[in-house]
Amino acid sequence: MHELSIVMGIIEIAERQAKAADATIIDEVELDIGTLSGIETEALEFAWKQGVRQTMLEYAVKKINQIAGKARCLDCDAEFAIEKYEDACPICGEHLLDIIQGKELRVKSLLVS
Amino acid sequence: MCATCGCDSGGKTTFRLLDKDQQAEHDHKHVFAAGHDHAHSHFDSHDHVHNHSKTIIEVEQDVLLQNNLLAQRNRGYFDAKNILALNLVSSPGSGKTSLLERTLTDLKGQLDFAVIEGDQQTTNDADRIQATGTDVTQINTGKGCHLDAHMILHALQGLKPKENSVLLIENVGNLVCPAMFDLGEKERIVIISVTEGDDKPLKYPDMFHSSTLCIINKTDLLPYVPFDIEKVKANAKKINHHLEIIEVSCTTGEGLQVWYNWLKSKVLLPETT
Repeated sequence: MHELSIVMGIIEIAERQAKAADATIIDEVELDIGTLSGIETEALEFAWKQGVRQTMLEYAVKKINQIAGKARCLDCDAEFAIEKYEDACPICGEHLLDIIQGKELRVKSLLVS
Repeated sequence: MCATCGCDSGGKTTFRLLDKDQQAEHDHKHVFAAGHDHAHSHFDSHDHVHNHSKTIIEVEQDVLLQNNLLAQRNRGYFDAKNILALNLVSSPGSGKTSLLERTLTDLKGQLDFAVIEGDQQTTNDADRIQATGTDVTQINTGKGCHLDAHMILHALQGLKPKENSVLLIENVGNLVCPAMFDLGEKERIVIISVTEGDDKPLKYPDMFHSSTLCIINKTDLLPYVPFDIEKVKANAKKINHHLEIIEVSCTTGEGLQVWYNWLKSKVLLPETT
């Protein structure tokens, strides 16, 4: 359940930013979460409910942008979508991949008032 | 409140530096909350009138930024003191502590070691390490499922590992959560034993993807278990083609020399010129 640590991290970032902008309410938080980031969406939902109580995010709408995995084959230089680390290059069948997208885990934006 | 990082001291993570001269451990002075507590008082009691229009703040900040910054700070400390820090991760029961015990005993006098033990409860593992005569700090994470850079920072304050030493950090037994948390280590070592499934790298890919060395332990049990060692290696390589693999048995000692050679090859001699 490292998702609770992740939620605490999101709260810390969001509250710091909102306070710096002199806001009192966070209406919306937008997150970028890559499919290879190691975050389980269901566990995140569960941790979110527990974590945001009595914080500025308690009533915020959470918007998640799921970012698909993408890799480059180090053998044949092809770029392609991957769902899992074990996926092979669809062109040459090799597993020598460089992950170029899908590990994102960040707070993208906030809507505050 | 902690002067280093401002963390609250009301939490559940505890640190115990085991005293070499006394059997009874003493509580290390620092206790802190794994999650930072925040005061959530309202701060809209200003004199001016708020304009309640909505504003968008472009944040674009990594959620793990704070951990990653502290990890880099630990890394700087290790670099300055020429300490080789290794983060050992695995499921519970793969033999991390046994591997450490063997290593600390066999390489005594050849390398200087210090150990940080991470478990939810008890000092059992630290007691085993202390019995080898090695300096050890036990971190009890309470309900926490992983070590983070912040915990390591505090453990180091009590442990004070020597210059040119090897710091072995035994993470909480868990193949999922510790994968996300950089501690500032030089290398991450994932350990699996032959009594586990040979599809483990596929089931827990994040850990195998983020590690640099995989140690397959308990090879003496291979004749008795349906574990295909070539298959596990192929699976691990599919996840991470950089991964080095070493097969050992802490019971018979088979393969340990390969691990020791790997370890010695990573220890950097201090620059003298």
